[in-house]
Amino acid sequence: MSSTIDSATTQAGKGARNLPWGLWAQQTLAILGLELRKNFLSRRALLIYVLAALPVFLLFLLAILPPDADEFRNISGLSVVFSIIYNTLILRAVVFFGCAWIFMNLFRGEVVDRSLHYYFLSPVRREVLVVGKYLSGLVTSIVLFGLTTLLSLFMLYFPRFSAESTRYFFEGAGGKQALIYLGITTLAVIGYGAIFLIVGLFFRNPIIPALLIYGWEWINFLLPPLLKKISVIHYLHSLMPVPLSEGPFAVMAEPTPAWLSVPSLLVFTLIVLALAGYHTRRMEISYVGD
Amino acid sequence: MTTATAATTAATTATAAATHTEEKMIVFEDVSKFYGEILGVNRVNLSIAPGITSLVGPNGSGKTTLMNLMTGLLKPTRGRISVLGTSPDEPQELFRKVGYCAQFDSFPRGATGREFIEFYLRTHGASSRALDNLTHQALERVSMLEAADRKVAGYSKGMRQRIRLAQSIAHNPAVLILDEPLNGLDPMARAEIIRLFRQLAAEGLYLIISSHILHEVDMMSDSVVLLNNGYVVAEGNVHGVRDEIEEHPMQILIRCDRPQALAARVFEQEGVVEARLHEDRQGLFVKTRRPDEFYLLLNRVVLDGDLRIESVAPADDDLNAVYQYLISSDGGR
Repeated sequence: MSSTIDSATTQAGKGARNLPWGLWAQQTLAILGLELRKNFLSRRALLIYVLAALPVFLLFLLAILPPDADEFRNISGLSVVFSIIYNTLILRAVVFFGCAWIFMNLFRGEVVDRSLHYYFLSPVRREVLVVGKYLSGLVTSIVLFGLTTLLSLFMLYFPRFSAESTRYFFEGAGGKQALIYLGITTLAVIGYGAIFLIVGLFFRNPIIPALLIYGWEWINFLLPPLLKKISVIHYLHSLMPVPLSEGPFAVMAEPTPAWLSVPSLLVFTLIVLALAGYHTRRMEISYVGD
Repeated sequence: MTTATAATTAATTATAAATHTEEKMIVFEDVSKFYGEILGVNRVNLSIAPGITSLVGPNGSGKTTLMNLMTGLLKPTRGRISVLGTSPDEPQELFRKVGYCAQFDSFPRGATGREFIEFYLRTHGASSRALDNLTHQALERVSMLEAADRKVAGYSKGMRQRIRLAQSIAHNPAVLILDEPLNGLDPMARAEIIRLFRQLAAEGLYLIISSHILHEVDMMSDSVVLLNNGYVVAEGNVHGVRDEIEEHPMQILIRCDRPQALAARVFEQEGVVEARLHEDRQGLFVKTRRPDEFYLLLNRVVLDGDLRIESVAPADDDLNAVYQYLISSDGGR
């Protein structure tokens, strides 16, 4: 064959031997590019767009049909309202199920589409594949659900108190709160993303484990303090800028400080990703029964 | 030199020679693969040299399993595989040497033919310029340059087959593994692709091709591995198989707009022993003892433009009988 082919292959080979990190970064970017395109432009993405737009749409309805409640009459009341909406709708529903859909499909979706072998037949370490796919899920989720968080804030505050809200967000405490909510969304995506990535790898039908995880996260407030710590939501709750009451039946526990909860989530994520890498290295493809 | 030193030296030399040989061969050493309790392949010992080696056997005989084991898509239950000295467990090394055109007819959604190849090459670390050159050359080799910027989803079966082939050869592999590569191709494309395989083999590549069509194997192979129920029942030079094949008529299904007209034409040719209409009257089954000549006739029919041929596919119901015959007569060797 021609020298162009030989030289490119040799260059790639040399890259693998002398600069593996450079090659891995290049491969990760290649995977990231393709996966982002799939995540944003495939038919599967439609459901995520609907999910991400749901809170914004509901808050839009609230803006044009304002409820007659005290909480909606001042800025401080709205911060409590947003905390409730963020906790119950955005975090527990949109981010949770959005991450489930995006991250479980990273591998399971490819098995169903019978296209995973293209990755497995490329000169890419399977661990690099896991990282590339996970990063694509992160970027997709952070962009979509970060936008959901910001637009929901906008939709709640600005139609009611335009001038006050501008001051609140650009001069007062609102800006910091918005950043914290964004940070919580990002951490939720990192944690749930890792969990659902591995669920998609280990289970042929990942819906049932996803629902079990959902149940576990929902009953977190009833769990004894030690078990509370085996969840993502516990660490995220500890970071909320406007703390919420968990009701009369909640089992009280000391919130985990941010300096501990953030690294804990990151370490947990790294362990899960390492496990996912280990699993994919031994993974076989036959597509039979999928 | 003491006896012990001499023995050690001899052992070292033997090991070095074995390693050297292994780096030049594709080696299966007592390889078995079970899917639970179901046998995939059992106790396979093979050493495959450069040239075209065909894995031949009926559906379910273990051809695809062997190919998937060679490329790490499956892990052997027992035994060891080495592809030019590299284990299939090391994809980062293996797929610099190996290209695999699998049978799975699926593609990344929304990709054009060119993007499909380019993405694969990016994982090799090819520069932008090399990427363009390699993609262009691969597309050219399979005659897909004109359709390269169309979405793969809109390709015909034959085009999808060719774009997969382009992807598998784009990085200039030393080993090319092809699972039923001629499926879905029209007669002219078949001839063209077989010519490409021969050319690649002449360049020193290892081509491992699976097929259950003995006539195709006969046309292109240097050696064959005959599989049956997961066992290698025979392996060796292809010429021994040829005589057996020629005695056995091959059945071909031609999908076209006017099968009756085609039937009239095919009986002009010697070797055609039977022609019957498909149930839906949109196709013709032809049995011939001279498939090569028959394919040439089909080429002429296409060129004449009297008929619109949609697809040509072997439909040999008697294939198992041929295998049985070959197996019972020492695999045709």
